[in-house]
Amino acid sequence: MPIPSASLSASIAPAATAPQLLRNFCIIAHIDHGKSTLADRMLQSTGVVDSRAMRAQYLDRMDIERERGITIKSQAVRMPWQLDETAYALNMIDTPGHVDFTYEVSRSLAACEGAVLLVDAAQGIEAQTLANLYLAMENDLTIIPVLNKIDLPAAQPEKYAEELAKLIGGDPEDCMRVSGKTGVGVEALLDRIVRDIPAPTGDADAPARAMIFDSVYDTYRGVVTYVRVVDGQLSPREKIVMMSTRATHELLEIGVSAPEPTPTKGLGVGEVGYLITGVKDVRQSRVGDTVTNAHKPAEQDLGGYSFPKPMVFSGLYPIDGSDYPVLRDALDKLKLNDAALNYEPETSAALGFGFRCGFLGLLHLEIVRERLEREFNLDLISTAPNVIYEVTMEDGTEHVVTNPSEYPAGKINEVREPVVRCTILTPSEFVGTIMELCQTRRGVLLGMDYLSEERVEMRYTLPMAEIVFDFFDALKSRTRGYASLDYERTGDQVADLVKVDILLQGENVDAFSSIQHKDKAYAYGVMMAGKLRELIPRQQFEVPIQAAVGSRIIARETIRAIRKDVLAKCYGGDISRKRKLLEKQKEGKKRMKTIGRVEVPQEAFIAALSSDAPTGKDAKDAKK
Amino acid sequence: MSPQLPDGEVAPDDGTLPASALEGAAERDLGVYLHVPFCRVRCGYCDFNTYTASELGGGTSQATYAADALAEIAFGAEVLRRSGLPERQVSTVFVGGGTPTLLPVADLAAMVDGVRETWGIAPGAEITTEANPDSVTPESLAALVAAGFTRVSFGVQSVVPHVLATLDRTHDPRRVPDVVRWAREAGLAVSVDLIYGTPGESLADWRASLEAALALEPDHVSAYALTVEPGTALHRRVRSGELPAPTGDDEAAKYELADEILGRELGWYEISNWARTPADRCRHNLAYWRGADWWGVGPGAHSHVGGVRWWNVKHPRAYAGRLAAGQSPAQGREILDGDARRLERVMLGTRLADGFPTAGLDPRAVSTLIADELVTFRPGTITLTRRGRLLADTVVHRLT
Repeated sequence: MPIPSASLSASIAPAATAPQLLRNFCIIAHIDHGKSTLADRMLQSTGVVDSRAMRAQYLDRMDIERERGITIKSQAVRMPWQLDETAYALNMIDTPGHVDFTYEVSRSLAACEGAVLLVDAAQGIEAQTLANLYLAMENDLTIIPVLNKIDLPAAQPEKYAEELAKLIGGDPEDCMRVSGKTGVGVEALLDRIVRDIPAPTGDADAPARAMIFDSVYDTYRGVVTYVRVVDGQLSPREKIVMMSTRATHELLEIGVSAPEPTPTKGLGVGEVGYLITGVKDVRQSRVGDTVTNAHKPAEQDLGGYSFPKPMVFSGLYPIDGSDYPVLRDALDKLKLNDAALNYEPETSAALGFGFRCGFLGLLHLEIVRERLEREFNLDLISTAPNVIYEVTMEDGTEHVVTNPSEYPAGKINEVREPVVRCTILTPSEFVGTIMELCQTRRGVLLGMDYLSEERVEMRYTLPMAEIVFDFFDALKSRTRGYASLDYERTGDQVADLVKVDILLQGENVDAFSSIQHKDKAYAYGVMMAGKLRELIPRQQFEVPIQAAVGSRIIARETIRAIRKDVLAKCYGGDISRKRKLLEKQKEGKKRMKTIGRVEVPQEAFIAALSSDAPTGKDAKDAKK
Repeated sequence: MSPQLPDGEVAPDDGTLPASALEGAAERDLGVYLHVPFCRVRCGYCDFNTYTASELGGGTSQATYAADALAEIAFGAEVLRRSGLPERQVSTVFVGGGTPTLLPVADLAAMVDGVRETWGIAPGAEITTEANPDSVTPESLAALVAAGFTRVSFGVQSVVPHVLATLDRTHDPRRVPDVVRWAREAGLAVSVDLIYGTPGESLADWRASLEAALALEPDHVSAYALTVEPGTALHRRVRSGELPAPTGDDEAAKYELADEILGRELGWYEISNWARTPADRCRHNLAYWRGADWWGVGPGAHSHVGGVRWWNVKHPRAYAGRLAAGQSPAQGREILDGDARRLERVMLGTRLADGFPTAGLDPRAVSTLIADELVTFRPGTITLTRRGRLLADTVVHRLT
């Protein structure tokens, strides 16, 4: 029986488990490759959750996560497992699966000695998984390659085992085959984890050092901080210090997830668990920080801590202006649980009061926006996302531009834009079309490798601005959904950029201003002016729409004046109908923004800003 | 009447009006609208409440319709009396449809007599019927005069065969000058109804219709833009792409042409109506725009008394059944609140050439309207310019 008996279990009690009986691992997988299902199956096999209490994808707590089948916030679960008459405690650390959360992934990996590389046996490895695999290999983690969904008729385990062997070295035979759905191979995998993954090592007598790899806000408990103890011991009621901020907190509770939170007498070397200190904001307990004991503090932190830096900015505005306070409160609440989210009030002449928000990336933006709409019942307009530009003027003054409308006027010496290193995995037949796409996005090919005869890894440097708009959609549609993408910020470059303004009857519409490469400014201007001509209803006067770079008009469209709006007839005295029509129009006008004298319906803003909607997720739900 | 009745509250079975309807009633004119819900064929553009013999089926018929209408006339007089409204003679009667002249003249006469006997008809009252040019004769027109009719409104719509064909109008346009002459000889004032903006109608087609209408030397012309109503055959043909959709620009050009050509001999007094002299204006029509009281008799007919608007059930059979049971035929009603009354007053009153009083209007809105050349200003009143008439909804929005 692989589940340890009560007597054996005594040796793996929390705070009393010898490091050699611990195994800390994570699962690296792409969205849809079945990580959550496999995790569920492990919980069942180890007896941690009985099948009656089993809820599909037990570990993903939030609705959005469950619906999208992706994991945003990770947790750690402690599972007992017996091999050869010895009981072990396995800590499964769940990792976020998306590129926007690379930093969180890196911290999760740092809490482990090994990783299960989980790949769909019908699809093969995807770009993001590859990126995380490289990250795990850099962290010297022991990799256990596993092909999942071997029950599927389309599974090609031999082919993808070859591919994995080529990537991580070793024999294709070493690649395990499981089905999270049926449970085949899961027990063998648990055995393999115990055998292959090294036990943690640390100094039990040294001052306590624990690394925070996740931090979650809970309405009832405040912030729940997940840590991996490296040295020493953490115990209830003692005072701890966050080494980056020197902030002191009292440990109100310490425990392990099994998977429900279970208080313990402490956590020792190599152990993984949670801390509760009563703080209310995840910023006070940041991922990557080192926790130590206040009375006997460590001298050196564990390293690797960095401050989450927003890379993509977008303005969020309530469609109904009176919802502004609701939006503010909602952001304040989300912030408690999202250390990477930052925002500040912003006013747009076109959109009214809102917030300029910084995000880790596009998925992060989408998730925040969706949570605001769903959990706080808000209708929002989000402006086209943009990156940060550093502008140096001829007189040497420097500006950091997070909003195109703040782009400085005057003589500019140099503009720097962020660049990313993209990894694209694709079936080889699409190499040509992807090169074409990257070329139009100012991409530079760094290299290309064949993973197998049919699959190619392409590496590009691209300006980040070129991928925040619709790159992922374009990539998916050109490759029938087969290509996958991963990117990481690598630095910045000087670029020939200009700000394109859109003017409505001579008035600048700030929400439509955009920073574009000089060669693309004209196309943007023509596109936006044309779009607005279709979207803005005719007014009582002619409305010119212009696109301008500085004072130079680069494109122009005209909305002709409306000549007739009156209903000639009142249907033999059916005046109620006519009046109700006017009342309805009046309601509609309330939802219009007036720019100069031009009445622009909210729908026009939404359509103009979102038709090339950014998206960091699968194309299937990209269009709203 | 549109087949889509408005949403409103349930009207009481006995038709009693609230006390609010009494206020100022003695100063308001009372009119009667008599709806005749029958046509020989249904025109493709028409969504009015009308039925062909075959659509109607059994249970009710053109033959018994006058009796149903008389029952509502009697019911209406009783309701007004019971609700405490003052005795008022009727100053206008308008028979519309459908095709009123599809009924025997004797039926139309009986309905007018019913109004006379129950409410009383004021001396010099205007009594109008709509008529299709192909459903009248010199004799029937003379009989209308004998019954008390003073005015006839001919549904000419267009003189261009292909336009008439698109509208499913079956009359021969060459007959129109004759029927107008007969009407005049019989002693009736003559109005001509025109429709513009029919799919496929050119500006030249419309000009031809206007010139032909003017050549008839009518006392009055109504010109309405064709509305493609959902649920009509025309709507289906436009939606399928068989016919082009009317455009606002085309309608505007045609309205301007109408005002130019008709204006040579007639003067506009309401957005869609032109009269030879002020005395030739349709008083019944004006009553709608001025917020007067009127009782609409017939299936689907709308009524208004002192800020209460109601509408009858649509189907002739349901209508007859309600009256037979001694119930009000009203399907629903609304009692206008202050905001609705204000909006209606502006929406209706600004349509008239006599001008709208500026008292109580936002002076800034008025000055922008003047600057935008949507209205002209005379001390105390504003009047829509030609451009303003076409953009009357904008004007209403700015003023309310």
